[in-house]
Amino acid sequence: MSRPVQARRLEGVDKNIWVEFVKLAATYSTVNLGQGFPDFPPPDFLKEAFTRALSGEKHMLHQYTRAFGHPPLVKILAQLFGKLLGRELDPMTNVMVTVGAYQALFCCFQAFVDEGDEVIIIEPFFDCYEPMVKMAGGTPVFIPLRPVFSREELELIADLCVKHDALCISDEVYEWLVYDGKEHVRIASLRGMWDRTVSIGSAGKTFSVTGWKVGWTVGPNRLLQHLRTMHQNSVYHCATAAQEVVAQGFQREFERYGKPDSYFVQLPKEMQQKRDQLVQSLVAVGMKPIIPEGTYFLVADISEFKSDVPDVPNSDEPYDSRFAKWMVKNKGLAAIPLSAFYCGPHKNNYNSFIRFCFAKEEATLKAADDILQKWKLEKTTP
Amino acid sequence: MLCASRSFCCLGTRTYQLRTDLLSRSIKLSASDTMAFRHKNTRRIEGLDNNVWVEFTKVAADPSIVNLGQGLPDISPPSYVKEELANVAAVDRLNQYTRGFGHPSLVKALSQVYERVCGRKIDPLTDILVTVGGYGSLFSTIQALIEEGDEVIIIEPFYDCYEPMVKMAGAKPVFIPLRNKNDGNCASSADWVLDPGELAKKFNSKTKAIILNTPHNPIGKVFTREELQVIADLCIKHDTLCISDEVYEWLVYKGKKHIKIATLPGMWERTITIGSAGKTYSVTGWKLGWSIGPQNLIKHLQVVHQNTLYTCPTPLQEALARAFWIDYKRMDDPDCYFYSLSRELESKRDRMAQLLREVGLKPVIPDGGYFMIADVSTLNVDLSDVDGNQPYDYKFVKWMIKSKKLSAIPLSAFCGPETKGQFEKYIRFCFIKEDSTLDAAEVILKNWTKQTD
Repeated sequence: MSRPVQARRLEGVDKNIWVEFVKLAATYSTVNLGQGFPDFPPPDFLKEAFTRALSGEKHMLHQYTRAFGHPPLVKILAQLFGKLLGRELDPMTNVMVTVGAYQALFCCFQAFVDEGDEVIIIEPFFDCYEPMVKMAGGTPVFIPLRPVFSREELELIADLCVKHDALCISDEVYEWLVYDGKEHVRIASLRGMWDRTVSIGSAGKTFSVTGWKVGWTVGPNRLLQHLRTMHQNSVYHCATAAQEVVAQGFQREFERYGKPDSYFVQLPKEMQQKRDQLVQSLVAVGMKPIIPEGTYFLVADISEFKSDVPDVPNSDEPYDSRFAKWMVKNKGLAAIPLSAFYCGPHKNNYNSFIRFCFAKEEATLKAADDILQKWKLEKTTP
Repeated sequence: MLCASRSFCCLGTRTYQLRTDLLSRSIKLSASDTMAFRHKNTRRIEGLDNNVWVEFTKVAADPSIVNLGQGLPDISPPSYVKEELANVAAVDRLNQYTRGFGHPSLVKALSQVYERVCGRKIDPLTDILVTVGGYGSLFSTIQALIEEGDEVIIIEPFYDCYEPMVKMAGAKPVFIPLRNKNDGNCASSADWVLDPGELAKKFNSKTKAIILNTPHNPIGKVFTREELQVIADLCIKHDTLCISDEVYEWLVYKGKKHIKIATLPGMWERTITIGSAGKTYSVTGWKLGWSIGPQNLIKHLQVVHQNTLYTCPTPLQEALARAFWIDYKRMDDPDCYFYSLSRELESKRDRMAQLLREVGLKPVIPDGGYFMIADVSTLNVDLSDVDGNQPYDYKFVKWMIKSKKLSAIPLSAFCGPETKGQFEKYIRFCFIKEDSTLDAAEVILKNWTKQTD
C-alpha cells in the first residue's frame, strides 16, 4: 500500500513507557518497585469468594452476563457509592462496569472528546491520559499539580467546571488509599458537579487484584448513556466470574463500612506503614522522598546519586529515564522515571525524580533497603 | 506557557501553584454565561446507541421464556476448563497484571495450536494479540486499520457489530448479500452464496478491507476453498486487507472443513484472523479472544490495545492457556474438545431442525456454528396486534416471545438497510443448549398450532 496501512488516529500514540520498563524489570530486576501492582496476596475473603464461586454448580458464571455490568455488582456499587456521594443511585443507569479503570477512561474520552476539543490534564499524570485524548482527536492542555486534593482545591476546580460548562473525568482508583487521617473528597459530591462528572473506580486497586481488570464508572444517566454506547461498540461485555466475586467483596465491605475489620480501613493502615518504611530507607541513603498523602506510590529526588549516571548532552531521553534504566540494570532495583508522567515538552522539568511503588511485601521492601544501603556504602567508601 | 518550573522541596513541603495556574488559565478561556448543559456525545458514536441485544436480552431474561435467542451456551464448559480456573484462583501472583499484549503462557499455547493448524511459524509475541473476546479483536483491528475515507465490505447477513464498528472508525460500510440459490425444502447453508461478479463490483481503490465470517453467523455457512479463493483473488488484486472472524472455527459438521483464508497464497500478509475462547470452550463469560496475523499488522492492533484497556485479566488467560495445552496434546485424538464439541452440537442441530420442520418451518441446515435460521413467513401468523413500525421478523419474534414463550433473534438485525426486505422473513435460533432447554422448546413447538390466549 502506498499510504500507511494503519489509521491516522494511531499517530503519536504508539510509544508506551510500560512496554519498555516492564520488560526491563522482568529481565534485570531483583526488586521491582516499578509498575504499580501489589506483590502481596489479595485479601483472604476475596480469594475464598473466588474459590467458592468456581466450585459451585453455577456454570452460568462462565457465560455472558449483562453487558453494562453484572447485576449483583452494579447493585452493590450503586448502594455503596450512593452512600458515599449522598444520593440515590440507579444501578442500571448510574453505574457501568468496564475492563479495569483503563477501559473506563477510554470510554469517557471516546464518548465525549471530539476533534477540536481541549482536555485539561493535570501533571504529573497517569501516562495513558495523553494518548487517549489524542486518539480521540482532542488537544491535551497540561497544568502541573500535586497529590491529594484538599476540599478547597477541588472546589476551585468545581467552580471552573461549572463556570465554563466543562465535564470532569475523575480518576479515583486509589480512593481508599489515603493516609495520615486525610479525607478523600469526591468531586462529584460538590455543588454543581454530579451532573457533569464521571467518577472512575477500580477493583484492582480497591481489592489488590490488578489482574482481574474490573473497573467502573459512576455518573448521571445523561453522561453514562454515551459510555454505554461506546462500551457496547467496543468490548460489549466484561468477564462474568470476576464481577461476581468483586460484588461479593463489596457486599462484605458495605456491611463492615467504617469498622476496624473493614479492608478499606486495614489496607490504608498497612500501606501507611509501608510508605513510612520506604521513606526511611530512601532518606537514610540520601534520596529525598516526597511523602504522599495517598496512593501507593512515592516520588523521590535522586540528585545525590546523579554522579553514578553521567549526563549525556543533547540526549533525546530525559535524564531520569536513563537513570532508572541504569539503576535496574546495575542495581537490580526497578522504579519508573517521573518524566514518564509528563507531556513531551515538560519531560525535562522534573528529571531528577523517580517513582517507587510501595505496595509490596515486607521482604521486598527489606530487599530494596539492602540494595540502597549497599549502594550508599559504595558511594561513600573510597 | 502555563507550567512554571519549580523544584519540589523535600519531605512533604507543599507547593501551592494550583490556584495561580488555574486562575491564569481561566482568564484565557472565554467565559460562558449560559448554564445550559451543552455536552452531547461525540460524532463517532452518533446513531450507534441502538442495539438488537439490548432489546432482546432483556426480554429473554424472564425465566419463563425458553431462550434460543442470544448465542449463549447453557451447556457446561468442559470440567477441566472449570478446574483449571479454580486451580489458578489459588495462585496469588496470578491476581496481578500480566503482559499487556497477552499472558505469556497463553500466547505460547495459541502459537502452538495455530502453527499446527496453519502450517506456518507464528511468533507468540509479535503475531498474536489477546483481546476482550472476539468482539475486542474486531474493535482493535478496525480501530487500528480503518479510518475516514475507507470503505469496508461487509457480507450480509452479518454479526451486527461490524457495521457500527466500521462507522465508528469513520469508514463507509459496503454491503453485499449472500443469496439463497435454492428455495426448496432441504435448504442448507451451503446454498447461500456470494455472486462473484457482484462481489467484484464492490471492490475499488477505497476498499481498505473485507470482513469475512466463516463459519458464518447467523446462516452457518462454511465457506469452501473455491469461495475463499474468489475473495482472496480480489483482495490481492485490489491490495485489500481481510478481517477474518473465525470464532466458530471448531464448530464444523460432518463432511465440512474449516479453511483459513490466511493460509491461501498471498493472504497471510494481509489477513487478521480472529478467534474466541468463549466459542472454543463454551465460556462466553470469560471474554477472551485473539487476533493472529503478520507482525506489521498486529503491531498496530497492539498500539490500539495499549491505549484502550492495556491488559486482559490474568487468571482467565492462565486457565485458558492450561486448557489449550490439554487439547493441543490431543489434537490427533477424536476426544479433543475441538472435535468433540462439534459432534455434540451436530445432534442438537439435527434435533432443532426436526422440531422446526414439525411446526411447518423451513430451517436452513447450518454446516457450522451453533445457529439455525428459518423462514417464518410461511406460517402466516397474524401479527396485527404487534406494534407496527418494525420489520416483519422483529414483530414475529416479539409475538412469539409473548404468546409462545420462546425467543429467537430477528435476522434483519444482521443486515444493512437495503436488504431488510430480503431477510425480514427469517429468524435465528441458537441450539447450543442443554437437552432440557431443547425439550422445553419441543413442547412449545409441538403445541404451536393449538390455540393460545
